[in-house]
Order: sequence, then C-alpha cells, then structure tokens
Amino acid sequence: MSETDGTEVRPVLEAHGLIKRYGHVTALSGADFELLPGEILAVIGDNGAGKSTLIKALSGALVPDEGRILLDGRPVRFHSPADARRAGIETVYQDLAVAPALDIASNMFLGREVRRKGVLGQVFRLLDHKRMQAEASGHMQDLKIGIKSMKQAVETLSGGQRQGVAVARSAAFARHVVIMDEPTAALGVKESGMVLELIRQVRDRGLPVILISHDMPAVFDVADRIHIQRLGRRVAVVRPAETNMAETVAIMTGAAPGNLDVAANGNGSS
Amino acid sequence: MSTATATDRAEVSQQRSLLSRASHFLTLPAVGPLFALLLACVYFSVRTDRFLTGANLSLIVQQVMVVGALAVGQTIVILTAGIDLSNGAVMALGSIFMAKLAVSGGMPGIVAILIGIAVCTVFGALNGALVTMAKLPPFIVTLGTWNIAFALTHVYSKDQTVTGLPKSLTFLGETFPLGNTDVTYGSVLMLVLFAGAWYVLRQTSAGRHVYAVGDNPEAARLTGIPTRRLLLTVYTVAGAVYGVAALLLIGRTSVGDPQAGQTDNLDSITAVVLGGVSLFGGRGSIGGALCGALIVGVIRNGLQLTGVPSIYQVLITGILVILAVSVDQLARRRRA
Amino acid sequence: MKRYISASSRRRTGAIVAIAALSLVAAGCGNGSKGSSSGGDITVGLITKTDTNPFFVKMKEGAQKEAQAKGVKLMTAAGKFDGDNASQVTAVENMIAAGVKGILITPSDTKAIVPSLQKAKAKGIEIIALDTPPDPQSSADALFATNNLNAGVLIGKYAKAAFGTKPAKIAMLDLAPGITVGVLRHNGFLQGFGIKQGDPSIACQQDTQGDQAKGQTAMENCLQKAPDINLVYTINEPAALGAFTALKSAGKEKNVMIVSVDGGCTGVKAVQSGQIAATSQQYPLKMAAQGVDSVVDFAKGGKKATGYTDTGVNLVTSKAQPGVDSKDVQFGLSNCWG
Repeated sequence: MSETDGTEVRPVLEAHGLIKRYGHVTALSGADFELLPGEILAVIGDNGAGKSTLIKALSGALVPDEGRILLDGRPVRFHSPADARRAGIETVYQDLAVAPALDIASNMFLGREVRRKGVLGQVFRLLDHKRMQAEASGHMQDLKIGIKSMKQAVETLSGGQRQGVAVARSAAFARHVVIMDEPTAALGVKESGMVLELIRQVRDRGLPVILISHDMPAVFDVADRIHIQRLGRRVAVVRPAETNMAETVAIMTGAAPGNLDVAANGNGSS
Repeated sequence: MSTATATDRAEVSQQRSLLSRASHFLTLPAVGPLFALLLACVYFSVRTDRFLTGANLSLIVQQVMVVGALAVGQTIVILTAGIDLSNGAVMALGSIFMAKLAVSGGMPGIVAILIGIAVCTVFGALNGALVTMAKLPPFIVTLGTWNIAFALTHVYSKDQTVTGLPKSLTFLGETFPLGNTDVTYGSVLMLVLFAGAWYVLRQTSAGRHVYAVGDNPEAARLTGIPTRRLLLTVYTVAGAVYGVAALLLIGRTSVGDPQAGQTDNLDSITAVVLGGVSLFGGRGSIGGALCGALIVGVIRNGLQLTGVPSIYQVLITGILVILAVSVDQLARRRRA
Repeated sequence: MKRYISASSRRRTGAIVAIAALSLVAAGCGNGSKGSSSGGDITVGLITKTDTNPFFVKMKEGAQKEAQAKGVKLMTAAGKFDGDNASQVTAVENMIAAGVKGILITPSDTKAIVPSLQKAKAKGIEIIALDTPPDPQSSADALFATNNLNAGVLIGKYAKAAFGTKPAKIAMLDLAPGITVGVLRHNGFLQGFGIKQGDPSIACQQDTQGDQAKGQTAMENCLQKAPDINLVYTINEPAALGAFTALKSAGKEKNVMIVSVDGGCTGVKAVQSGQIAATSQQYPLKMAAQGVDSVVDFAKGGKKATGYTDTGVNLVTSKAQPGVDSKDVQFGLSNCWG
C-alpha cells in the first residue's frame, strides 16, 4: 500500500500508474509522478502528452480510470476540485479562476468567506469584510505584491496583478501543494518575471509548487526539477543544473530517450 | 526634517484616500441610478408643486411596490446571468390562489396566503430545476413557465375577477400615519424585501457566491462553490419573493385579478436594468434596482401631474433603458 | 489594516449623509403639501383601456376638443393592454394627486377598478364611466355609453328583415367570457333576430377578443364545423373583417351576410364595399365630450351627473331593409371614428 521507509525524503504528492482513456484515446497510459517537499517541479510535454490530464487528476478536476495518488504517503481519491482543496492542494488555473467584477478580498476568500464571530456570524451569517480585507492585504504583502486597496475590482488590475491575486489565494490556503497551470501564458515579459518571482516566494515559504508551462526559459529559470511527459507517461525527470534546454526538448519530442532511473533515485523507494 | 516629510506624506495619503474614496463612491453601481432618480425628482418638483409632497411620494412608493417586489427576485436571478420572464404571471397565479381560496374556499387569510406563496415558490423551484438539471437556458425556461402560469391563472379563475376579499388578505393596502403622511404597509414590506436582499447579497457568503456565479461561473465552480445548488436556490427564493409580490398586488388592488401582471415581467426587468444591474450577470446592486423601480414610478407620476399623456412615460422609459444598457456596455468595454 | 477600517467607516458616513439628504428632501415634501392648491384651474382626467385602439383614440380626441373649447385642462392615461387594471389604478391615484375635478374612465376590469373609484369619489371627485359601467355601476356617478343591447338589437332586426323566412345558419363571433359589452351585444342580436340562446340556427360560437386575426381563425374553425353558415354576427368590425377574410379564402363571401357593431371608419368603408352588410355605429367622441361638459358643470358649482346617458347608436348600411331604421354610408363616414 505504501512505502513508508522514512529514511529518504518522502514525496509530498505522488502518483503511480495513472490511466485515463477518453473513448479510444488514451490520455494517460500509466503515468507516474512525484513531488518532493520544498521544490518547484516543472511539468513539461508536447501537446497531447497528457500533462494537462495528469494535472487535472492531481487537482481533482477528473478521476483517473486506474492508478493511485498519494498525498503525504496516504492514498487519496479526489472527486472534485473541492476535494483536492480540502486536502490542501490549491490550483492556479490557466484561465484565471477569478471573478473579475468582485474585489480582491472577495476573490481571495471566494468559497471560504470568513464570518463575524459570535451571534452575528453564526445566526445572522454576517461576513467579516474587515478581517478578510486585512488578511487579503497581508497575503498580498507576504508575496510582495504591491496593490493598495483590497476593495478594488480584480478587473481593474493588470494581467500580472490578477495572476498575483490567484497565486496569493493559493499560497494562502494551500497546506500541501500549489499547482500552477501555465501561469505566465497570457503575460508579457516583465509580468512573467514578476509571477516567476512569486512562485519562488511560495516555495521559499515552504510550499512545493507544480508548474505546468510551455515557457522553457521560465522553466529553466525557476524549476528545481523537470518532469517530462510524453505519450501519456513520464519519460524523464531532469535537473536544470545538470542538463540544458536542447537535451530537454529532445527528450520531450522523442528525439532522445528518457531516463526514468533519475526519478527512481529521487524517490528512493526502490 | 523627517517629521516634516512624515506629515507631508500623511497629508498626501489623506488626500489620496479622500480622492480614492470619492472615486470609489462614483464607481458604486447604484450611484448612476440614484443620481438619475434625484434628478427626476428635482425636475418634477420645479415643474409642479404637487410633486414634492409627502402624500405624493408615499403614493409613488405604493405604486411601485408590486413591480419593486418582483424586481427583488428578478435582480438576484439576473445577477446569476439568468433572466425570469415568468415572474408577473407567477405572481398573478399566486394572487388568484390567495383570493379564491379565501373567498370561495373560505380558508383563513393566513392559510390562503401561505398556499399562494407556496405556489409561487414551486414555480420558482421549477424554473431553477429546469435551468440547473435540464440545463436549459433561463430565457426559454421562464418563457415556458410564464405561459403555463398565465394559462393556469385563467383556467383556475375562469377569467373572473375575485372580489369581496377579507381584510386578512388586503391588509397591506392599509395605511399608517408617518408624520403627516399616510404610508401603506405594503410600501414598507417592499422596502423590507429590498433591505433583506441587500443584506444577503452584500453581507453573507451566499450573496457573494451569487455574484461570483454570474460573473464567472467556471471560476465559481473551481473555487468550490456548488453552483447548481446555488442557482436552484436563487430561482426558488425568487419564486417565494413573487409570492410576497402577489400579496402586495392584492393589497394594492383589493381584488384577485386574473389579468394582472401581464407586463410586469418586462417592467421588473426594466427596473433592474435602469438600476444599473448588468444583464450579463455579476454586476450591479439591489439598491440600484430599487432606484430603477422608483425612477419608473417617479416619471409616470410626474408626467401625469404635469399633464403629459401616459404614452410619453413609455417613450421616456424606453430611452432610459437603452441609456442604462449603453452605460453598462461602455463600462464593460472600458474594463476589458 | 487601519486604512481599510477608516475607508469603510468613511463610506458608511457617506451613506448616512446620503440618507440624511434624502430624508431632508422627504421633509421638504411634507412642507410643500400646504401650498399645493392651485387656484381656478379645472382639470379633467380621462382614463381609457388602451392608447392604441382607434375607439379610444377618438374618445381622447373628443375630450381634447371639448376641453379646449371650455378652456379646461385635460389629463389622459391608459392601460398598456385591454384588461390592464393596475395601470388604471395608478392613473386614478395620480389624477387624485394632481387635483382633478372629475375622472372619465372606461374601466378595463369593471370590478377591480371599484376600490380606486371609491377612493376618488371620497375625495369629492366626479366619476363618469364612458362606454363601460363599473360593477357595481353605483361606484361611478354616471355612465355615458352606447346602449350595447340596443346596438345588438339593431343588427339582429336588420338580419331578420334581410333573411325573411329563409333559414339562417348563424356564426357568433363574440368578445370574451364575462365581458359585459360583449354579452349585451350578443343578447341584443338574439333579441333583434327573434331567437333565444341555444337556438338550433346558431351553428357556431367563438371568442375573438375583438381581434382581426382571432376573428379570422374563429371563422375558419366555424366553417369547418358548419360549412353552410350564411349569417355571421361579430362583436366588432376587426372581428368582422377577419371573418370576411376567412369566408373569402373559402370562396363563400358572396353568400354570407356579416353584421357587426362599432362604426369605426374602417368598418364603415367595409360596409360601403359590401364586406359587412350592416353595422351599429356608436359615438365615442360624443361620450367624451359630454363627459368633459359634465365635469366642467360640476366644477363650476353644478351638480354631479347621475344615471345613464345613452350617447346614441345608429344602424349604418348601404342596403336599407324595410321596417328597420338606418343611416346610409355617407352619414356613417362623416360620423365614424378611427
């Protein structure tokens, strides 16, 4: 059931032999995955390599047909994104799951609003706007995102700032893992840099980050390890310090063979 | 020197916060409609000395209480990016149930009222179920239930106006003195409905979720909001509100009128749109909707008092609706 | 943190200021009520069922002319559709607030309007029902209207005279259930024709809401039921024209007689061209003019009008029948409305 050896670093989140089929199409064909504590793990792969299916399985957006997912060594089964969130996995979605007309604080606490204490909150269900604004402000400051008013509607922010709100929300509520799906896809160079800095800060605060990205320079800039997905499975895990972009792309496109033993080493379970 | 800069900074920040507060106030969704309402009031006050009297203002509130109450339900539905065409007909059905059960059925008023409200609530729940479970567009669903409620009203009433209603049904049309002005209980109830809606929308998480679902349903779902259950609740609550509107209607006309409410669905949408609530969902405030309802009432009353034929009220309302929607669209484009 | 607290508390202050301003406005209103009695001006209110029906357009025109002639102000309002009681209630209230001396009204819902009329009467306002009486009729001071029973009797008699002993197969295109005007005309026709409700010569009976398209549909259905219909009673001329269209497409327009009520210009022209055999013409302009006169009299110290005033009805046809009084099409055209 589990590999509780304890001598080696135990992965925060791992998956074994995930399979997901859509009719005749197999999106995942026995994919493995490991995320270690305190690291930024980039997941890359060509279109159709199954990386978004993998991420959806890890974030609860879909249920794999076969395979196991373990969180802190315990098997888990997510039926919805809400399940994954309850388990402490927060996701920053590519299309920015924010409500643009709502203010920053409301977005930050959407779905987990804070009520007033006592009768006002319990009977009258009164929201504690002040506390949510103060806490939202705190979270934004933690990540050094310079936005003044938490009462500002999210749509008044720049793309990078909006991403900042989404990242801050995830960082604020994640207990185990933050998943970021193409966080820089829609951003300019400067704003991308800002978001990458945010990702580092999230890691430095102790939360491991899964980063899905097409942006190779960004991946090589921030990732500690790179998970390479190809044809529905993991073909290699590499360290940016020990390889280069050309080699990585070669593995990704199938021009070079993968090196699954690296992953096995990192895992230490064999 | 450091103290000097500190005070400077404090002053600057104070100025800035004053300014930002002013600009924040201007961006509040109800400000435009409130301004338009006050403008209309000022205009008619200048034109005729019969407008700005306590009795006349009380009358205006009384005249908008039915459409106002419908607009409360309509607002929460529209905030979710839905629409409810059935509300006038559902209200008429509810009021006919109340009137007939009390008069022909001999039921105590309170029982007849509760059954009438229940009928409206069932219709709201039906709308909600069809929207969330059958995944049909709200426009089509409520177009259907509008016709169903309309037909049931006429079948059940046999096209006869129900008269001789007991006081236990018409009490909302009674008045109480406020200063030297008589105010109907119905007016107060409508304002209470608005206050309740404001409270829920602004001060509870359910209200925030209503906005989020209308603004970005996918984001709402991903943040773990049970969007379908929320929508079902919204339509059901709206139905119950129409039940209250049915009671207000009876209070206002003291009869059960099967012809009532035929244009009230569009009138309630008009009020909501005039109130700056976006038909695309997620934007606007319940206070705006109240202003919207009052604007229609003020213009109708004011034009009548100044001797302008009522058809011009329709004309002006049409122009205002287009203005309001244009403002909403412009604002959306600027934000995008 | 501090900033947010202060901002929100300031905003609350703003809201309080706004409320205070509003209540000031409201207080100002309270004071205004004293000086609002305007001197000397007489205002008459006219509330019709709709703004669009030519009958009411003519009524309004008559009232406007008369008001101008008498030098009084006319205030008008109407429902948004036939049966729109709520708009009429609102109009009555607004006219009370506007200080009218009298209200002329064609009630959309004869029962539902009563509480509002009583309210107006209690304020000393003269209430005159035009065309349609409220129910009970006593909730208006007076009724100025066409005798609708008589209007029906005239076309019934006309048809009887035209048919003589020839057997009739009758289609009756009525208004809607429970509407007094329709019932009176219907019964008048039967009375004039000399038959009772349920007579075997009545082959078909349908509601048309007085609408041309619905009249056509109703006639089509009647022809399906009884292809040998040779006499059509219609509640008004639009329904009659609808019936004619249906008969024409069935190729039966030559052998079927249509009789109707109203005397609108379109209807009289249809009489002229032979589409309608005869119609009972009523005079909305006269109703309104007499109503305005009555209110002016009352305002100048006279008494309120009471009871029922028949504003007259004439049979208009181009083929007069012996023994039935009628006017020719020329007369009809010069007195028509719409």
